[in-house]
Amino acid sequence: MSLLTAEITGCIGQALAPVRFQVNRQDIRKYAVATGQRQARFLAGDEAPLMFLFSVLMPVLPLDHLREDGHCPDSPLLPELPLKRILAGGSRYEVHRRIYPGDVLVCHQTLVDIHEKQGAEGPLIFLVFENRFENEAGEPLVTEYLTRIAR
Amino acid sequence: MIMPTLDIGQALPSRQYTPGTVQLFLYNAAIWNAHRIHYDLLYAQHQEGHPALLVDGPLQGDWLTQLLYDWMEDSDELLAFEYSNRRAAYVGDVLTAHGEIQAVEGERITLALQIVNQQGQATTVGRATLRRP
Repeated sequence: MSLLTAEITGCIGQALAPVRFQVNRQDIRKYAVATGQRQARFLAGDEAPLMFLFSVLMPVLPLDHLREDGHCPDSPLLPELPLKRILAGGSRYEVHRRIYPGDVLVCHQTLVDIHEKQGAEGPLIFLVFENRFENEAGEPLVTEYLTRIAR
Repeated sequence: MIMPTLDIGQALPSRQYTPGTVQLFLYNAAIWNAHRIHYDLLYAQHQEGHPALLVDGPLQGDWLTQLLYDWMEDSDELLAFEYSNRRAAYVGDVLTAHGEIQAVEGERITLALQIVNQQGQATTVGRATLRRP
């Protein structure tokens, strides 16, 4: 019997309000140093490495909104599931163009798929979130498909 | 100009990472992540049962892209990249990023990527596609 109720699968297609932000040279430089980057264009902040985009979606919340473990509350797109342990399952990126300081990005976050698989130790629920980064004209820059796994 | 040949199975130069607490602090500050498993050793050990501080999964994803960026030529474009974390990595681990050419189709080069720990176990695996005009 499937763990996925109609209420859970009905969450597919839900989206958050778009997040708009401007890419900052100093943020790129800090990120590049922290990751041990060797390429001069990233260290100078002339271009953002792809994975820099991971940082821009981290919410900036008041201290008393953080959980005991220091983590921020989970995405409002995550439905109530019968499996409670949520793990990172990886990311897939489609790159349409490079990201530069001064770029204004608009990110659209949507829950695009929920499916179930049988793992070696029991059922697993896979949730796929699309993070579509566009410029202000609506042109695609990078599209990320982020998978999270409930077990 | 002589273009270098691209052979299936050809290895990219590998790179070794030995992340320490300073790097994890800077990385988590840069991405604005306060999860204590990355900087609070007592919490990581006693509350979450880890042997040491955890190396962030996305940081290892970044290291796989560094393997690409260090190998790419100026005119190359990264078209696609994916990664997934397969096993925990900890401060104190010696992590080595490897990559090799998996396919060449016209201008498109597909590469298989992975990070292995000192036991030879893959902690993160990935794949990328580049365009080389």
